[in-house]
Amino acid sequence: MSPVAIIDSGGANIASLLYAFERLDTKAVLTTDEGVIKAAEHVVLPGVGAARDAMQRLRDASLVDVIRGLQQPVLGICLGMQLLCEASEEEDVECLGIVPGTARKLDVAEGFTVPNMGWCETTIRGEHDLLKGVNDGSWFYYLHSYALPVSNYTLATARHSVEFSAIIGRDNFVAAQFHPERSSAAGAQLLTNFLGLNA
Amino acid sequence: MRDGVVVKGVQFRNHRIVGDILDLAARYCEEGADELVFYDITASPDERSVDRSWVSNVARVLDIPFCVAGGIRSLADAEDVLNKGADKISINSPALANPYLITELAERFGSQCVVIGIDSREEADGWFVYQYTGDPDKTTAAQRQTLDWVTEVQSRGAGEIVLNCMNQDGVRRGYDCEQLAVARDVSDVPLIASGGAGAMRHFLEVFVESDVDGALAASVFHSAEIPIPDLKRYLVENGIEMRS
Repeated sequence: MSPVAIIDSGGANIASLLYAFERLDTKAVLTTDEGVIKAAEHVVLPGVGAARDAMQRLRDASLVDVIRGLQQPVLGICLGMQLLCEASEEEDVECLGIVPGTARKLDVAEGFTVPNMGWCETTIRGEHDLLKGVNDGSWFYYLHSYALPVSNYTLATARHSVEFSAIIGRDNFVAAQFHPERSSAAGAQLLTNFLGLNA
Repeated sequence: MRDGVVVKGVQFRNHRIVGDILDLAARYCEEGADELVFYDITASPDERSVDRSWVSNVARVLDIPFCVAGGIRSLADAEDVLNKGADKISINSPALANPYLITELAERFGSQCVVIGIDSREEADGWFVYQYTGDPDKTTAAQRQTLDWVTEVQSRGAGEIVLNCMNQDGVRRGYDCEQLAVARDVSDVPLIASGGAGAMRHFLEVFVESDVDGALAASVFHSAEIPIPDLKRYLVENGIEMRS
């Protein structure tokens, strides 16, 4: 079986994702190789850091159209989720445009700090095989300053100063704003479900 | 941590060994800790970096976030730690020596993984920052007022602040709720309380009175005096929302 392809969108901290798949006895490789990405049964688009740098890296590696054309299940994580959308307000970056929506900066408000760092209770809003066995109200670990508004593609939400999309899905593309690789048992369940999705 | 094993002192002195890193990490993870912080207290005073082979090993077993502190003085140091699987890096003395480092780290890796640790001591005329606190012989006043530094690190890009109240450290009389509440007022980023936890009510007090985003403790968990599941149940019963 071809391994999970984790697209190297730059930034550090990919190791935790590799280890998460290792814990699930699944081989994963970090790559920008078009052939490896296209051949993988499952593709992950992670992202840490700034949207502009990440998009530039995808363009430099000629991966923008490759990602848009993928037919197998693709999971965006954190910044990777925002990259799948149309744009980010973070330096007004145009993103991949696969899922409608624009990531907006979270506001500091009474009781809410930015970045949003920590465990948030997450409400299930839709039906998807990605959510099998994930209880409504599960807590996941978030680490972000930008978030996608709730839309028709929202599968789960969490609350900051506003309610935002925690999980989205469109066709073979799904994404999580939180870090499943650092979200204990609930996160492992989500990753397991992702590996169970078929093209 | 010092020299690869977990140690704990009282008011930053007289450290004793409390256990193996991986065993403790796995135990806390199972018990429901929300995040782990590994402080290599020997790092800054000895002017050397953390021995980082253990970071990968910890990252392999943990499925909760963890932060590495100690000896991170450059972008290269930070990148190494993050590449090995840490979710955040915490800097303390090196940020005081070179505040611009905070900005560089935030621009390179994003504020969300840049934690600033502040060791603060109450003195007759206010709260003051200390540095090189890992070694009692090298600990010095940083010539900065704590609240000024709390404000400055945020403007430089810090994504989280761990405020360690030194008068309270290891003595288990409760967090310094007063100092933390004042720091809360000037913190738009997450603020983590550190120093002083000795009983479950201390955790409740600091969440209620200081509105902190998290509470860090070592002694009471290392000794198993306060089991994490019991603590979380207690806090939830008292109206503090958290993963349990």
